[in-house]
Amino acid sequence: MTPSRSFRIARAVLLLVFAAYFFVPLLAMFDFSTQVRGSAPGRTWDNWTFMFRDEDLRSSIVASLLLALLTVVLMIALLVPTMVWVRLRVPRAKKLIEFLCLLPLTIPALVIVVGIGNVYSWVTYLLGDSALVLTFAYVVLVLPYSFRAIDASLSAIDATTLSEAARSLGAGWFTVVVRVIMPNISGGILGAAFISVALVLGEYVFASLLRFDTLPVAMAALYKSNGPAAMAAALASMLLVSALLVGLTFLSRDRHRRNPGASS
Amino acid sequence: MLGAFQDEDGALTLGNLDALTSEAAVSALKGSLILSASTALLGAVLGAVLAYLVVSLPPRSLLRRGTLALSGVLAQFGGVVLAFAWIATIGQVGIVTQLVSDLFGADLYGSGWLFGLPGLVVVYCYFQIPLMVIVLAPAFEGLRPQWREAAVNLGASTWSYWRHVAIPLLTPAFLGALLLLFANAFAAYATAAVLVSQGQPIVPLLIRQAITSEVILGQANVGFALALEMIVVVTVVMVAYSLLLRRTSRWMR
Repeated sequence: MTPSRSFRIARAVLLLVFAAYFFVPLLAMFDFSTQVRGSAPGRTWDNWTFMFRDEDLRSSIVASLLLALLTVVLMIALLVPTMVWVRLRVPRAKKLIEFLCLLPLTIPALVIVVGIGNVYSWVTYLLGDSALVLTFAYVVLVLPYSFRAIDASLSAIDATTLSEAARSLGAGWFTVVVRVIMPNISGGILGAAFISVALVLGEYVFASLLRFDTLPVAMAALYKSNGPAAMAAALASMLLVSALLVGLTFLSRDRHRRNPGASS
Repeated sequence: MLGAFQDEDGALTLGNLDALTSEAAVSALKGSLILSASTALLGAVLGAVLAYLVVSLPPRSLLRRGTLALSGVLAQFGGVVLAFAWIATIGQVGIVTQLVSDLFGADLYGSGWLFGLPGLVVVYCYFQIPLMVIVLAPAFEGLRPQWREAAVNLGASTWSYWRHVAIPLLTPAFLGALLLLFANAFAAYATAAVLVSQGQPIVPLLIRQAITSEVILGQANVGFALALEMIVVVTVVMVAYSLLLRRTSRWMR
């Protein structure tokens, strides 16, 4: 049934209204970030270069990026062997693992922080005061999303046959996981890594309440002294995250196209 | 969570739960519930409209795929950046504020409503609507055109098609999404933490005050109690959600 003319016009108008609601704040942020300080007329890119010049902000960016990297590495090192092992040897535990992995999604992050606060005073006591110790909390935080990505691609391959074939050719469990299973689920792992980076770069609750200087915390602090520069940094981080997430949707579309029969 | 039942010396007590009935806690809980319910309702209705508009576009159109991909991004988009974006838009020197005052001479900023509960409603909708779109778009796609053709063949008008076919089919999905949005708004913290610097209109901010306060010591356990309260609310919502899901899956074979 083809839509009528009046419906099309109404649709176009409504879509424009929604587009305005979603894009005006972003444009406003861009406009604000190119303003000269103190509302003087004129445009400047100073605020955009500020994030490379300012010592505090730069160190927080480095900390956030390192944190993202460590979280991804630890997440993969924990999740992939566990999930492969559960799928091959103890299928009964699958429900339990799934429940545990999805739990952080239902509990508000704030509540986790309140509970984890005491644990962290010990962690910082043992491992030092660097922001990188947040990795442990972030791995828990990204579990639900990465679990789903990896689980989807793991159920698309025949892990049992692959591992039995590798085992009968004399491969150890390490070789099976790293050299046989992992290349086969690289799409899912990449997707999990993308969404983890996106989440870690935007995470504010843990970092601010446990008093670590990551990028969002530094931005919020910077906003009070130099608004436009904070806006520029916020917009830059947002663009990076959107690029990652859009890349993720294209990645998953490619995967679906390659094996259309797979149910994920 | 044991901390909710302990006092300063670690002895067991129910005293912290008394703090939940204090005026500040009750008003914060009320604020949180109002905020979550209103943004869930607004986000669900507007998101459903947008989802329908998007799904009515041709399946291969760039606009449709682009909107769905963008919704995926924006639904994740909360936190500090979102607060900044809205301050730049309708804050004291935001571009929309200035535009309105130039064109109509009206003062959109008013007395700073952006930084209170009404402002949070507007801002939260920014991530609630896209979330609704990605949750509900598959339900709209599941409405087969054949059903509509069958209804029209049997003499149904557009209105009676919606009234008797489409809306009953979509209701479970809509209600489920509504609960999801409610839980999402209830748990959100970062945006509110940056926007609101005075007062504690919602529970998450009250928790922040309880565990970071340097003025009143010994509040940490009250924070635990408040966190427990949040868990209770979220659990209720999630149980309702899974019950609803079970009911729906019975019909969606």
